[in-house]
Amino acid sequence: MSILLDRSSRIVIQGAAGVEGMFHTEQMLSYGSRVVAGVDPSLKTDNIAGVPAYKLLKEAISNHSPDTSIIFVPAPFAFDAIMEAIYCGIKTIIVITEGIPITDFLKIKQYSRDRDVCIIGPNCPGVIVPEECKAGIMPGHIFKKGEVGVISRSGTLTYEIVLALSSSGIGQSTCVGIGGDPVPGSSFIDILKKFKDDEQTRVVVLIGEIGGSAEEMAAEYIRSEFGKPVVAFIAGKSAPPGKTMGHAGAIISAGVGTAEEKIEALERAGVKTASVPDRIPELVREYL
Amino acid sequence: MDLNEFQAKELFRKYGIPIPQGNVAHSTEEAVQAASANPRVVIKAQVLTGGRGKAGGIKVANTIREVEDGAGEILSMSIKGFKVNKVLVEEQLDIKKELYLCVVLDRENEGYKLIFSETGGIDIEELARREPENIKTTNIEPFPGLVPFQLREILHSLGEETKKYAREIYQIMNRLYTLFIETDAKLAEINPLVVTGEGKCVACDAKVSIDDNALFRHSELLSCRLPEDEIPLEREAREKGLSYIKMEGNIGCLVNGAGLAMATMDVLKHYGGSPANFLDIGGGAKAKQVKDALEIINKDTGVNTIFINIFGGIVRCDLVAEGILKAKKELNIKKKLVIRLIGTNDQKAYEMLDREGLRVFTGMADAAIKAVELAKEI
Repeated sequence: MSILLDRSSRIVIQGAAGVEGMFHTEQMLSYGSRVVAGVDPSLKTDNIAGVPAYKLLKEAISNHSPDTSIIFVPAPFAFDAIMEAIYCGIKTIIVITEGIPITDFLKIKQYSRDRDVCIIGPNCPGVIVPEECKAGIMPGHIFKKGEVGVISRSGTLTYEIVLALSSSGIGQSTCVGIGGDPVPGSSFIDILKKFKDDEQTRVVVLIGEIGGSAEEMAAEYIRSEFGKPVVAFIAGKSAPPGKTMGHAGAIISAGVGTAEEKIEALERAGVKTASVPDRIPELVREYL
Repeated sequence: MDLNEFQAKELFRKYGIPIPQGNVAHSTEEAVQAASANPRVVIKAQVLTGGRGKAGGIKVANTIREVEDGAGEILSMSIKGFKVNKVLVEEQLDIKKELYLCVVLDRENEGYKLIFSETGGIDIEELARREPENIKTTNIEPFPGLVPFQLREILHSLGEETKKYAREIYQIMNRLYTLFIETDAKLAEINPLVVTGEGKCVACDAKVSIDDNALFRHSELLSCRLPEDEIPLEREAREKGLSYIKMEGNIGCLVNGAGLAMATMDVLKHYGGSPANFLDIGGGAKAKQVKDALEIINKDTGVNTIFINIFGGIVRCDLVAEGILKAKKELNIKKKLVIRLIGTNDQKAYEMLDREGLRVFTGMADAAIKAVELAKEI
């Protein structure tokens, strides 16, 4: 088992005609993902990388019944694309787009709340179930099938840690990038809940960073309900306060969101935190 | 994007929030000119950093001579690395009472909140520690936004003295919220909101921060970004599309991805080094971004060692190598280089760099330890 996706997931690409959309459609196909359709309002052909393509999501749905959408639409139009996906009844929406105005996403979040929709991202690398299905932009070859669930706010740092795990012979059940924005579609807790019910997942690696208090809230959930071991790394110990460190959400403001507080909260909840990313595999191995 | 006080006040004026009369001055002469009609003024440094009051960046003057001295002194200051190049010269207010008001993004509640206090003039964090009972917070959901009854509830709970100004406070709250929403702000703060001897409410200070991601739909605000307000290397990086933050260490960092860039700084520090900057060359970086980034780090005179840490996913290591070689050739880089590359097309990159006699690390920790060691050599 895995969470969010599996071999049978039917993926539609929104923003498929753009450079990124086209490139990653090919990449996902070659990983073995079932990309069933592409959508792009500015479409000029009827297929993208051999995948049937449409101007409206509605058309793609009536012809190919996708259950998962992955969004590459540029930030100014992302609100429209995500809302289109929700209106059309897509239940898993993965938003790769970086730079969406926070007010746009807050509206989406509120609208989606009672509609049984799972949004991953924005500003994220996507989701991968190793050796089964990739709905994202991560380099597929570094992932290996296994029993460790990974949740992260960043991209390349996740690849770094996943490579360290895979090279030590430790595979992953599902890797979820929840993204670097201040308000993500799915929080650490939302994903932890899914890992809790997933039999394949025995240990979770949580990769957090400065800004906000999502890690502290996750720590509280882990302590009281989660029931599986968690290993963590928090980036940004050396970050100065008041500065946005690349990710819109990575900012220590008004003294809130420091790495020290997060590490302390996690440790208190029984989570082992790694001082440097390279130490993650040895900490994980203790639980396998 | 943070606005200067005078820029934030300009927005306040547009939205009908009362502000003191004032003018921006770039020199002592201009400051004197601004105070010529009424020398009883406050002179305030206009810099994009907090704590200017404590640093001596705010002075009260009662005579032209004091204006001259005060402005001269502030204009020759640097506050937290920011050179002061302009001041706001404002009429002194007859302060009877100081209040606090702000509208701010609320990550945890996934909306906004309006915060009001009858104690103003001090840091809200300090106030929260000292007298949390005097802070009134109202949660605002994106839909339906601020609803009038929410403000009436706050006003209803005010002390008798403050209640006299309820009408004006209500209006200012509404206008500040409208400004916040219409400009895609992350923060709009008035601290203090002053009640004057004449019984008027005036925004004595103003802080507004705009969501960078929304700037594409606010061309009217782009002119608020003044070249002189930015740290020169940060400005150059931004113009080249790189995410760069200057710090004080001696190991320059060049990394792809924000999370990895932060982790790289942490790892350097963990092994006893001192990172000189945060730098993310971006997801789709090619040779040009690498060269641009090296150019910026090379200009940082505090840096003696450059640590390149790339995890090639979408970014191709051979293109990174091409950028490094190009920069080395064209920029005459004298600083020590430690290169760690792994991922897509890494073998090709290793060959390219090897031909030029450059050693490449594959592990991040080994490379970081080497960089720390080299940075400590004299």
